[in-house]
Amino acid sequence: MFGKLSWAAIPIDQPIPLVTGAVVLVVILAVLLWVVASGHMPYLWREWITSVDHKRIGVMYTLLAAVMLLRGFSDAIMMRAQQALAFQSPGFLPPEHYNQIFSAHGTIMIFFVAMPFVIGLMNLVVPLQLGVRDVAFPTLNSVGFWLTATGALLVNVSLVVGEFARTGWLPYPPLSELTYSPGVGVDYYLWSLEISGVGTLVAGINLVTTVLKIRTKGMSYMRMPMFCWTTLASNLLIVAAFPILTATLAMLILDRYLGFHFFTNDAGGNVMMFMNLIWAWGHPEVYILVLPAFGIFSEVVSTFSGKPLFGYRSMVLATMAICVISFMVWLHHFFTMGAGPDVNAIFGIASMIIAVPTGVKIYNWLFTMFAGRIRFTTPMMWSIGFMVTFIIGGLTGVLVAVPPADFLLHNSLFLVAHFHNVIIGGVLFGAFAGYTYWFPKAFGFRLHEGLGKAAFWFWLIGFYVAFMPLYAVGFLGMTRRMQHYDVAEWKPWLMIASVGSALILAGIVCQVLQLIVSIRDREALRDLTGDPWDGRSLEWATASPPPVFNFAIPPIVAGEDAYWSMKRHAREEGASKEPDYEPIEMPRNSPTGFVCAFFATVMGFAMIWHIWWMVIAGFIGAFATFVVFAWRDHDEYEVPADEVARLDRANLLARRELLTAAGSLR
Amino acid sequence: MSEVHGLQHEADVAPGDEGGSVRSRVLGYLVGLGLAILLTATSFFVAGTDLVWQPSIPVAIVVLAIAQMGVHLVFFLHITTGPDNTNNVLALAFGLLIIFLVIGGSLWIMDHLNHNMMPMDQLMQMQR
Amino acid sequence: MTAGALAEGRDPGFVGFADLGYEGPAPKRIVTGYGFWIFLLSDMVMFSCFFAAYAVLLGQTAGGPSGAQLFNLQNVAVETGCLLLSSFACGMASIAAESRNHFWFQIAMIVTCVLGLAFLAIEFREFADLVARGAGPSRSAFLSAFFTLVGCHGLHVSGGILWLLTMMAQVFAKGFRADIQRRFLCFALFWHALDIIWVAVFSVVYLLGSAA
Repeated sequence: MFGKLSWAAIPIDQPIPLVTGAVVLVVILAVLLWVVASGHMPYLWREWITSVDHKRIGVMYTLLAAVMLLRGFSDAIMMRAQQALAFQSPGFLPPEHYNQIFSAHGTIMIFFVAMPFVIGLMNLVVPLQLGVRDVAFPTLNSVGFWLTATGALLVNVSLVVGEFARTGWLPYPPLSELTYSPGVGVDYYLWSLEISGVGTLVAGINLVTTVLKIRTKGMSYMRMPMFCWTTLASNLLIVAAFPILTATLAMLILDRYLGFHFFTNDAGGNVMMFMNLIWAWGHPEVYILVLPAFGIFSEVVSTFSGKPLFGYRSMVLATMAICVISFMVWLHHFFTMGAGPDVNAIFGIASMIIAVPTGVKIYNWLFTMFAGRIRFTTPMMWSIGFMVTFIIGGLTGVLVAVPPADFLLHNSLFLVAHFHNVIIGGVLFGAFAGYTYWFPKAFGFRLHEGLGKAAFWFWLIGFYVAFMPLYAVGFLGMTRRMQHYDVAEWKPWLMIASVGSALILAGIVCQVLQLIVSIRDREALRDLTGDPWDGRSLEWATASPPPVFNFAIPPIVAGEDAYWSMKRHAREEGASKEPDYEPIEMPRNSPTGFVCAFFATVMGFAMIWHIWWMVIAGFIGAFATFVVFAWRDHDEYEVPADEVARLDRANLLARRELLTAAGSLR
Repeated sequence: MSEVHGLQHEADVAPGDEGGSVRSRVLGYLVGLGLAILLTATSFFVAGTDLVWQPSIPVAIVVLAIAQMGVHLVFFLHITTGPDNTNNVLALAFGLLIIFLVIGGSLWIMDHLNHNMMPMDQLMQMQR
Repeated sequence: MTAGALAEGRDPGFVGFADLGYEGPAPKRIVTGYGFWIFLLSDMVMFSCFFAAYAVLLGQTAGGPSGAQLFNLQNVAVETGCLLLSSFACGMASIAAESRNHFWFQIAMIVTCVLGLAFLAIEFREFADLVARGAGPSRSAFLSAFFTLVGCHGLHVSGGILWLLTMMAQVFAKGFRADIQRRFLCFALFWHALDIIWVAVFSVVYLLGSAA
């Protein structure tokens, strides 16, 4: 009746997941109860859960990322603690448990922290920067978010019902085949990623189409903000690479569920083919993550240097070059698997070449700062911290791109230090910069600056203290993912690294505090005009938070840094006459995304536990949802002209007050 | 987000759309069908015959397949090289590049790996 | 009406005459069609993974039967004919939809449907037959790759049939409304793309597999 599911799936004998699960369950129930009891549910359903507004969806993506960062970081703290303790000792985490922790850590951080974070920021900002009302496919946007949330949900359910994969964040066969992983752990991983992979693909299609087809009048390609270019490149990579992940995981699913022989040890399966295909996805994936971060830095650096971005054209070229080359380097993840010197040499050279366009970008950011009037706000601090940190990470990357060097460093902690260096220093710092920079746009008040700076310093110092020792210990021969060890030389380094993780914890605490304090003090931190930073691009041309339609009148663009020219023109010309407001058609909210994800969760869970009738029921439900959605007659509603006028006038008034009061538009 | 009905836009055209009279459109599909049938028949013939130099058969079949895919793209999907189709063609070119890299790269890599590394059944025997 | 005159009365941020270089957001039909085109290209990348796996595992028959021993080229020829003609019929349906001709649209769609179902019936019979002969997908890596590649295409055709029936019902119930026309544009792109993939399948899998 319930397939493989039974009460034995609950980990009664493992205190850590049991207690964690119980606490999380109680917290979730308490929050739900409070929301329902205080009557907020209709608001939540109407304004957030069924929303197809890119701004709301962007916020939800970022919220998902933030919550999952806490879970992924808890895994990290446990790993560092275990390795600091486990010198000639079993530590406090038995291997079966430790293996699930490092697998969950990687899976969650990549798929449910980094991806949602950058996709959330792109969703929030890109339509505003392009001067348009929403993305190309608003309802599809909602579907994409909720499917990603489904994946995150399934991974977290594995903590209390069943187990997670023990195979690392990429489930290499033959370990991940049924013979050697007979439990449900790998299945949780596979279905969670297949479902959220669809969500990501959908977001990719949406953003590519938006950037290419939906821009405001006058915004030709070379007048787009840099963040839009990196969004285009990143989402082209999503569209090109995620199908590879879908196909490869599907092959592993077929092996496990139907006895196929793609990657088995017997009947002709080829284990190495998995590594080849999965990394053909895996390498573009890291560029999917880092390109939007580069875009964020371009925006932040130019705004807080008070100068246009240096070398716009070369930035565009560099971005598109990275986009294409990122599909030509994937073998560097398995130099040691035995393809031979010819193949290794080609991919090694390509891996070094890809560092060049990134170098171009770093020089352009530096030249943007040169002779600028720099304001050391929190986003700018994150950007400068990124530049130093990412250069180090990139240099170690070029080192491991040399095949003979990689033969020594592959799967050592040197490698672990390298990729954390570039992901944290690049992607995460960029995400934090973007979060701080665009928070006022999304919510109408700034984040507390002091706590922001404190968080930055804890993160920066904590990162170096946590990961520089790992480079050392990698050179000393330590392999990754070790549950215990008996080489005395390594222990001091690992202890220092655990201090670093404590510092990062302090940084995260500061960020949580910052959010609480900022909400508490939001009136004092209020952004009245919509332009708290004296920005240069169009998202700052509208109120904070923007009205649902973004712009009352679609802006017309004549050059780069469109909003900067608009401000200069307004200062010179003074107040212009009021425009003729017209009613605006906006897409209706829809529960399609949420309901679809509900059935996807049901199907995923049922597949994991082999509850076949539930799979069929879930599939019928999902198909019915599509048909119901396709059958609706009214997909838009109208915002009346008076309402548009009222909202716009309020913002224009606030802006003019500040203009006359201070003599400048700040 | 107001709607513009109809297919014409100064800038470009949706993939799959075409202009022209009903007659010319039907003719287009008929020509495409005819060419596709021709190419298919040729492929089947080449695969089974002894009249062709044997080593050339795989190349011939691949070339015929690519030609037929081109016929489909032009006559059924209306992907042309006109300025109104540039975005569509660029997207297709990007997709083809990726496909070429994935298939070509994988074949090249796997061929080398299979050549250099011990086959799995022999590896398994060493385990005992 | 120049851009200047058009804009001045409407946009308080206007900065003077602009060489527009870009007319503004594209119409919905183009946006929808392009988005679906991008999706199709992503689907082709997914198929290319299955093709790559097939090519790599081609020789791994684990002592079992190879393609040359299993493939029936008459069946493949009939399948190919069915799918090609169904593509043509779908093209006729496109023309009918553009001309808003209910009768010819439904006829063309029925023909497309019947031909598609014929394709699926032949393929299903081929698979069942192979399994019965002990040449199912769990027999060897080669057969796993074969069943997955050709089966994935068949699944797409099945999904396409479901979509086709939904489109027929929608047009019947609501006529040639703009959003239904956009959906049908996507369906036509999908159906033609399936035939393009089949060209690769019958050439690389069946013809090359038999010639070997």
